[in-house]
Amino acid sequence: MNLQEAVRIALRGLRANRLRSVLTMLGIIIGVAAVILLVAIGNGVQSSVNEKIQPLANLITIVPSAGNVPGGAPPKDLVDADVAALQEPAMSHDIAAVIPATSGKALTETDSYRFRATVIGSTDRWLDLNNGDMAAGSFFDDAQVRSTARVVVLGPSVASYLFGNDPAAALSHTVRINRQTFRVIGVMQSVGEPGDSVAVMPLNTARRYIFGGGDKVNQIIVQASQASAVPAAEDDVIRVLSDRHKIKDTANRDFEVQSLRSRLDTFNQILRILTLFTAAVAAISLFVGAIGVLNIMLVSVTERTREIGIRKAIGATRRAILEQFLIESLVLAGLGGFIGIGVGVGLSILGSILAPALGPTFATFAPAVTIPSVVLSFAISLVIGLVAGGYPANRAARLRPIEALRYQ
Amino acid sequence: MIQLENVSKVYRMGKVEVPALSGVDLTIDDGELVAIMGPSGSGKTTLMNILGCLDVPTSGRYLLDGTDASRLSDNRLAKIRSRKIGFIFQSFNLVARTSAVRNVELPLVYAGVHARRNPARHALAQVGLSDREKFMPNELSGGQQQRVAIARALINDPTLLLADEPTGNLDTASSAEILKLLGALNDAGRTVVIITHEEEVAGFAKRVVRMRDGRIESDRVQRSRTEVTA
Ligand SMILES: Nc1ncnc2c1ncn2[C@@H]1O[C@H](COP(=O)(O)OP(=O)(O)OP(=O)(O)O)[C@@H](O)[C@H]1O
Ligand SMILES: [Mg+2]
Repeated sequence: MNLQEAVRIALRGLRANRLRSVLTMLGIIIGVAAVILLVAIGNGVQSSVNEKIQPLANLITIVPSAGNVPGGAPPKDLVDADVAALQEPAMSHDIAAVIPATSGKALTETDSYRFRATVIGSTDRWLDLNNGDMAAGSFFDDAQVRSTARVVVLGPSVASYLFGNDPAAALSHTVRINRQTFRVIGVMQSVGEPGDSVAVMPLNTARRYIFGGGDKVNQIIVQASQASAVPAAEDDVIRVLSDRHKIKDTANRDFEVQSLRSRLDTFNQILRILTLFTAAVAAISLFVGAIGVLNIMLVSVTERTREIGIRKAIGATRRAILEQFLIESLVLAGLGGFIGIGVGVGLSILGSILAPALGPTFATFAPAVTIPSVVLSFAISLVIGLVAGGYPANRAARLRPIEALRYQ
Repeated sequence: MIQLENVSKVYRMGKVEVPALSGVDLTIDDGELVAIMGPSGSGKTTLMNILGCLDVPTSGRYLLDGTDASRLSDNRLAKIRSRKIGFIFQSFNLVARTSAVRNVELPLVYAGVHARRNPARHALAQVGLSDREKFMPNELSGGQQQRVAIARALINDPTLLLADEPTGNLDTASSAEILKLLGALNDAGRTVVIITHEEEVAGFAKRVVRMRDGRIESDRVQRSRTEVTA
């Protein structure tokens, strides 16, 4: 018997019990669709978060901090000299840039409105490093940093509060911060709070007019030459600063070094486990679907005992009967898997279309269907067809013709 | 040629052994038309199952065209059924939800023949059912179903045609038609074995084998076949 005929016989058998076949397939369809959709959502979340964090992944932040040892070193202020030491090219070839920043809350006002913003003093590289963009005007440049220019760049929340929704409306106006006047030269695009409630100006401008002078910085941001160089750069930072702060025991430091990269790695790891876990839960429904196929195939074999007897009487071999029922369950499970893939992919696409409507947080979120999850779930469907169909088909094939013919 | 040598069949039902055939010797030559008669439970169907390679004897030998079919594997038996045997059952035994022409094609499917539609049509024409090719079994009368079954039994050109009470479920008119068909097939040289309860059917055969309690009681060759009349 050729395959084509076997498939035709199997399809006729399935069509004879259309509703039953569809319901059985539904188990597989739901299982496969759930696996594909959940894996896609997991991947979507991961790439959406990574896309936001990746540009910051090569950043290392240094802040003053007490040592980890009880009764250990008190936090020590970071100063310009620390920055200069880190900027020394000979110190490390894994450090690409060093940007000091100082910050604090301060009242920002126009004649009509006032707003408590976070004032940040830094260098012209600040925007780049924070992966920001301008909505209007421009960020301050190196010359303005050197000249301690009284200019400020506003976050979108500050700008819209003080000057209305059009970011350009703020340009060339002045704001008073800490009763000092600054000219607004730019408004940044939204990055979400609290990053939108800031007013950024050159480091020395902020120190001189707002934070009361001195050479302190609140934090130093170090940019590693690349994300993979972060651990090496971190080591260099610790070495240089420990040296400067005369720290013998590196566990008892008076500063703290943080990087997003290690947190990102942890996050990705957790997310991967979570995705696998939810996919495994979805796979349970696939297992239930498999039991459905097994059940229906057993019913089908019993129902058609007499037919099997007839087929054997007119010359069907065991193998022919085995093939007939195996193909039937393969078609059942395979078709279910195929439709399930369609549903899973369809829902993923729908998800990526609808996600932006849920708000800016989901703007970059798109469930990403992966080829392995599709291939794997289809393969699993076929395996289900083989396994769940194998036992009933074998039972059918082994039926003795006279007993099958006698079956009422 | 068919030879049964001291064939016995014992059914085992748990601890109880039911002898269905005991020491049957029977030879049927090619081209014979044999009627097998006997009371219910005398072993007729059991005998036919063995003749048709649906079952194997518990002891004894069964030679079909010289091949010992009493000790063959399932697979070999299926091959023999496919090539040499055509079955006609009392309850027709067509495959449900499968059109007449497809039912007739089935033996060819299992014999691995690709060109099936034309032979199947031809076989249906032979039994006078050209106009019912696409009908499902439940859309056919009993007599028509049995004729489809005969067409199906014929399609592989078997050497042996086995009919177990082929007219048992039919009215007189349909019975006569079926017997006429079987007679014609025998006239064309095919070996036909008919199991029957009806003396009328037996009278139509050239040879009548009577069974009782799993044994052959009498084996009689009739001089002439009585004509069946509707
Ligand atoms: N599968 C079986 N298991 C147990 N006993 C069986 C089986 N098949 C037949 N028998 C027994 O074997 C004996 C012969 O049965 P068989 O079917 O051959 O009779 P028969 O002559 O065809 O009867 P009928 O004219 O009623 O069809 C009976 O006593 C029956 O009970
Ligand atoms: Mg019987």
